[in-house]
Amino acid sequence: MIWLLTKTLRAITTLWLVVTFVFFVLRLSGDPTLVLLPDDIDEATRDFYRQLWGLDRPIMVQYWSYLGALLQGDFGISFRNNLDAFQLVWDRVPKTALLTGTALLISLAIGIPLGIIAALYRDSWIDRVVMAVSVFGFSMPNFFLGILLILVFSLNLRVLPSSGSGTWAHLIMPAATLGISFAAQFARYTRSSMIDVLNKSYMRTARSKGAGPLRRVNLHALPNAAIPVVTILGFKVGELLGGAVITETVFAWPGIGRLLTSSVAARDLAVVQCIMILLAFTMVVANMLTDLAYGWLDPRVRVGAKAGAR
Amino acid sequence: MTATSLVHGRRFSLIRRLSNTPVTVLLAGGFMALMLFVMVFAQVVQPYAFDHIDLLNRMAPPVPLEGSTWIHPAGTDTLGRDLFSRLLVGTQTSMLLALLGTCLGAVLGVALGFLAAHKGGIWDEGIMGLVDFQAAMPWFIIALAILAFLGNSMVIFIAIMALYGWETYARITRGLVLSAREQGYALAVRGLGARPSWIYLRHILPNIAGPLLVQLTVNFPSTILFETSLSFLGLGIRPPMTSLGQMLGEGRDYLINAWWLAVVPGLTIFFITLSMSILGDWLRGKLDPSLED
Repeated sequence: MIWLLTKTLRAITTLWLVVTFVFFVLRLSGDPTLVLLPDDIDEATRDFYRQLWGLDRPIMVQYWSYLGALLQGDFGISFRNNLDAFQLVWDRVPKTALLTGTALLISLAIGIPLGIIAALYRDSWIDRVVMAVSVFGFSMPNFFLGILLILVFSLNLRVLPSSGSGTWAHLIMPAATLGISFAAQFARYTRSSMIDVLNKSYMRTARSKGAGPLRRVNLHALPNAAIPVVTILGFKVGELLGGAVITETVFAWPGIGRLLTSSVAARDLAVVQCIMILLAFTMVVANMLTDLAYGWLDPRVRVGAKAGAR
Repeated sequence: MTATSLVHGRRFSLIRRLSNTPVTVLLAGGFMALMLFVMVFAQVVQPYAFDHIDLLNRMAPPVPLEGSTWIHPAGTDTLGRDLFSRLLVGTQTSMLLALLGTCLGAVLGVALGFLAAHKGGIWDEGIMGLVDFQAAMPWFIIALAILAFLGNSMVIFIAIMALYGWETYARITRGLVLSAREQGYALAVRGLGARPSWIYLRHILPNIAGPLLVQLTVNFPSTILFETSLSFLGLGIRPPMTSLGQMLGEGRDYLINAWWLAVVPGLTIFFITLSMSILGDWLRGKLDPSLED
C-alpha cells in the first residue's frame, strides 16, 4: 500500500515537473502575439489579445493561474480558433490510440513468437535469420520505411492509399511503419530473456520430471521469460508515441501527432501544452502499470517491496 | 621456437584476427570509416558547393537511370543542386551532430554517475531522481516543441541532443562504480592514500570503460535517428543548412517524379544505423559477454 502511494506521488511529481518545464521553456520564446497576429496590426489590438490570453501578467502569476486551471481540467483555449484546447486534442485521441494500438499488437504478434523460436533453436540458421532480420528492422528509420511503403504500394502498385484514414486499407501502412521496428526489438528481448530462462536449473528439473517440450516451454519457460519483456514494454511507450508523431505526419493520419506538428508550426501554445501533458500522463501511467504488472508477474518483487516498505 | 618466428606469428595474428571477424562486421566497419572520412573531408571531396543552384539541370536522375549524366552522378534536386555534394554535406552534418550529441550525453551521464556513486546520500537520491524524471519524459516530443518555439539555434539543438540518452550512462556508471570501488585493486590504491578523484580517473574509469563504450555504440544509432527525425519534420537542421533528415523531408514532396531525392538520403541513414548496430552487437560480444542478448 505504501509502495503504491510512493509510486503515485512520484508519478504526480514527474507530471508536475513536465508541466513546469514545458510552461517556462515555451515562454522563453517571447511574445506569441508577434507570431500569431499580422505585422501591420495596431498596438491597441495587440494589447487586447495580450489581455485576452493573459500574457500581460507577470510570468509567475500566469504560471500559478495555469496550474490552478489545470487542476480544474481547464487547459485553456486554442489561439488559432478559440476552441477548447482539451476538446480539440481529445477528439484526436481515438485515431492515435487505434494507430499505436494496432502497431503494438503487430509488433507483439510478430516479435514474441520469432524471439521464442530463435531462442529454442539457438545458434541454428533459424536463429541467425531471425536476428539478421531484426537488426534490419530496428535500424530502419520509421520515416524512411513509411516513404518506401508509399513508393511501392501507393505509387507503383496502387493498392493502398498513401494518406488519410477511415478504412482498414488506410491503417495497414501506418501501423506497419510504426510496428516493425518494435517487432524487431521485441524479438531480440524475447530471445535473450528466453535463453536466460532456458539455462535455469528449474528447466532441468522440469525435464527430469518428464514434462514434454511443449509443456516446458509454455508453462515453465514463457511465464518467466515474460517478466523482462513486460518491463521493456512499459519503457517503450514513450518511443511509441514519438514514432506516432512521425508516422502520422508521413501518412497524414489525423491523430494527436499531426495536431502537434501543425500546432507547433502555428505556435498554438495551449494546444501544444495540452498534448505534452496528455502524452506525459500516458507515459507516467504506462510506467506505473508496468511496475504493477511486474509485481504481479514476479512475486519475488512483491515480497521485496513489502520488506523494503517496512 | 626462434625469435623471428615469434615476430612472424604476431604479424600474422592481425591478419588472422581480421579473417576471423565476420564479413558483416568488416563491411559495417568499412562503411563507418567511409562516413567518418566524409564527416571530415566533405568539403574537399564535393564536386560542387552543396547550395549551388543550377536551374537548367533540375531533378536530374542518378546514374544508372535513364537521362542521367556523370556531371551529376547522384542526380540533382528541385533547384538543380548536385545531390552527391548535398549528400556529402548532409552526412557530415548528421554525423557531426550525432557524434557530438552522443559524446556530450556520455560525458554528462558518466560525470553525474560518478558523482552519485561518490557522494551518496542526498546527491545520489537527487541525481537518480533526475535520471528517473528524464526517463519518464517524452523527450522527443518536448524537443520538438522547444525547437519549434525557440527557433533555429544550433546551440539549443546540440543541447537537446546532449540531453537525449544521458540518463542511461548515469545509471550504468553509478552501478559500475559502486561495484568497482569495493574490488581489491581500488581498495589497495585507497589504502596507499590516493585521492578519490585520482582513484576514479586513473583506476576505476579504465576498468569500466568497456561497458560504457558498448553503450556509446548502442546510443549512437538512436541519436542519429533523433536528429534526422527532427530535421525530417523541419525542426532540427533547417535550410540553408542541410542534413540527411532535412534532405529526406524535402524529397518527400517529390516522390512521384523524383523518388531518389528521398530514397538516397534515406538509404544513407539506414546504412549508418545498420552499420553501427552491427558494430555495437559485435563489440558487446567482445568486451562484455555478460551483457550479451
